[in-house]
Parts: sequence; structure tokens; C-alpha cells
Amino acid sequence: MTYKRTDGRKNDEMRPIKAKVGIVPNADGSAMFSIGDTIAIAAVYGPKKMHPQHQQDPERGVLRCTYNMNSFSVSDRIRPGPSRRSMEISKITEWALSPVVMLKKYPGSVVDVHINIIQADAGTRCAGINAASMALAHAGIPMKELVSSISFGKMDKTMVLDLDKYEDSDFKEGEGSTDIPISMANGKLTHIQLDGKIDKKQLKEGIKMAKKACEEIHEIQKQALKEIIEEK
Amino acid sequence: MTKRKVVVPGEVIVKGDDYLPGEWTEKTEKGIISLRYGLAEEQKRLVKVIPLSGVYHPRRGNVVIGKVENVTFNGWVLDIGCEDTAFLSLMEVPRFVNKDNLEEVMDIGDSAVVKVWGINKRGIDLSIKSRGLGKIEEGIIIEINPYKVPRVIGKEGSMIKIIKEETGCNITVGQNGFVWIKGDKIENELLAKRAIMFVAKKSFVSGLTDEVTKWFKENKK
Repeated sequence: MTYKRTDGRKNDEMRPIKAKVGIVPNADGSAMFSIGDTIAIAAVYGPKKMHPQHQQDPERGVLRCTYNMNSFSVSDRIRPGPSRRSMEISKITEWALSPVVMLKKYPGSVVDVHINIIQADAGTRCAGINAASMALAHAGIPMKELVSSISFGKMDKTMVLDLDKYEDSDFKEGEGSTDIPISMANGKLTHIQLDGKIDKKQLKEGIKMAKKACEEIHEIQKQALKEIIEEK
Repeated sequence: MTKRKVVVPGEVIVKGDDYLPGEWTEKTEKGIISLRYGLAEEQKRLVKVIPLSGVYHPRRGNVVIGKVENVTFNGWVLDIGCEDTAFLSLMEVPRFVNKDNLEEVMDIGDSAVVKVWGINKRGIDLSIKSRGLGKIEEGIIIEINPYKVPRVIGKEGSMIKIIKEETGCNITVGQNGFVWIKGDKIENELLAKRAIMFVAKKSFVSGLTDEVTKWFKENKK
């Protein structure tokens, strides 16, 4: 059985995207990325001296990400402060971004990336990675590529792109739902996760769909970065 | 003037083998790509990217403005806005200093105009032995992005000259983005501050010196 999406989107259609750069005036670089009802804000500080000193790397700079979901970001208030989930996503974000950032020239330093989710409707880690990638570029960090991120998955057996809250966690029919967040730089994967089950053929199909979506997101990110200079 | 365009990391600037990769670029199979967010410039065959943002990267000979972070037994540790710590040795002060009382010369929180003398793995060495350098006694210090400093100074100092003449203030622009303004009246200092902020905000506009002259006509009473 095939399922239709609750908001009437096509199966390979993303929610409306907005991106803006330079929204935190005191940060070295910052960006906002929103997809549907999910809004992420990223601020980058550094390169600066790494503290505590034992975490310094004398060979290269370190990327340090902090993902935080604000207590008001969901309808039931969530307990503020670090949790198991937020620590995991912080680490995942670091891994998704580290293949592109080039911190060889900044030994003993750290680049701090703070991601805040101010409104959540699934796909927060992808929105966070997108915002962080733009903020890093805005902060003048040397990078090989911009990272774009999107989630895909399936409802029972129907492949869908960019799942929202209902499709991600409230859909319980048939096989249930599968959620696969994925990050790409220049058509190559930097991060992929799987929550649920999927077969090989459908995974390949999904990655193809996500690749196309990532190209679209990349274009929006590029435009947002260029906009702030050209409009002045 | 050569044509410039805004590029983002990973963007292909030029295709083909006719070009050489310059600063902040890399040669790949797709062509020469940018490694930083900034303006791409082609100089004959050389392609380079001029960064637009980021923290200050010190270079030898730069005049900067620093704030005293710590006083040690033989000098001062200054914060000049970059990731490395900068050290100003006691030997650099051109007069007699009581070794037990370095705070008398400069205490924590004081600011000074200094020159970057040397950069090594341990940190940055500073000098204060030159004309125009020394402790800041009065005036205001504002902060702008270090990559906007060239625009604030202007071609051969044309921009800063206009601001100095219009406000009657003495202005020292540190390469690290700190600007020291000293005038006889606080109103003039604040006017100079607003003018510099205006330049920093409009730094991408061409023909900015004319706009600044116009801005002064509107904003000066």
C-alpha cells in the first residue's frame, strides 16, 4: 500500500527552505537555515586558543560543535541543557563537517560551532549541519566544499524526501517509518545515519533522490552567502 | 581594475589548465576552486581569493592595538585579537622600568599601540620602540573586522585622511581591526566612530570616498 503525505507534498519534494547569513553580530560567522517549520541557527567563533590545554592538537586545529535544542523548540517543553541525544548529534555534526574544513594552519586552536534549534519539526540535525556549514564559510574558515544535508526515508514502503515530525516518528502503519539523515559535499557522502530498516535497492534509490536535493540546498546556501555582499 | 566576483568555498573560479592557483585556491580536476569565502581575482594567469571575513592573522611589521591580559616578571602578555598570545618584553620599553613594578608602566586592562616584531611557534613578539607606538592614555577604541581595515584606510590613506580632517580627531587604525580615536571633544570622537562604522558597513561599494564626503555633509552639524 502506498501512502500520501499529510502536507500534500510530492514524494521527492522538500519543504520550503530559507537561508540567511550574518545574523549573530558578535560571532565571527553565523547563519540561519530553515526548512519547513524547523529553524536552526549556527554561530562560529574562532580559530581561538583551545582550552582546556590537554585537548589541544599540536598538528592541526580542532573543530568543536555544540548542538542544542532550545526548551521552547517543541510543543512539550524539553528539559534544557545537554542530553545524551544532543551530545550524540554534536559529535555527528563534527564528523559531517570535518572532512571539508582545513585547519592544518591553526595548530593548537579550536573552531567553535554552536548550533541552536529554535523550532523543531524533524530534520533538525540536517538543518543544523546546513547552517553550520554556511556559518563556517562566513567566518572565513578554509574549506574544500560547502556541506549540504537532507533526510530521506520511507513510510511503510513509500520512499519520501525530507520527513516532517509526523512522517518521522508518529507514522506507525505497516513497517513503520525509516529516517535516514545524510550529508554531502560535492556529491560525496560525509555522513549517513539509519534509523529503522531499509533494503539495498531502496537505499540506493533514496541516496540518488537525496543527492539531487543536496544540490538544490547547496545552491540556496551559495546564494545566501553571496546575497549579503551583493545587496550592499 | 581587474574584475572581481564573490566566491564560496568549493566554487569553481576558472576552468582549464591556463591558470595558476594563488592564495586560498586549489587546483582540482574540475578547475581552480576557492577554499575561502571572499572575492576572486584574476591577475593575468594567477587566480587568487581575497578573504572578506575571519579572525586577524598577524604578519611581521603590522601595527596593531592590544590590550594587556597579564603582567609577568619580564614583560606583558597582550591580546591582539588572534589565536596566539602576544608578548611584549620589558627590554622593549625605551626607558628605565623598576622590575618590581611593571604595573606602573602598564597594568592589566591598559591598551597600547604596538608592532608585530616576530612570529614563531611559541607566539608573537611585539615591539613598542618606534614612532607612533606606545601606551594609549585617552580616547576611545572601537573594533571592526580586520579584513575591512584596508577600506577604512583607503588608497594611500585617502579615506582615513577625510575622516581625520572632518572630525579633527587623531585616528590610529590597527591592522587587527582595533581603531583608536582621540579627539578634543567626545562629540567629535563619536562622529569619527560613526564614520568608521559607516565605511566598514559599506565596504563593498565602489567610489566610497565620495560617499563618505556626502555622509559627512549630512551628518555633521
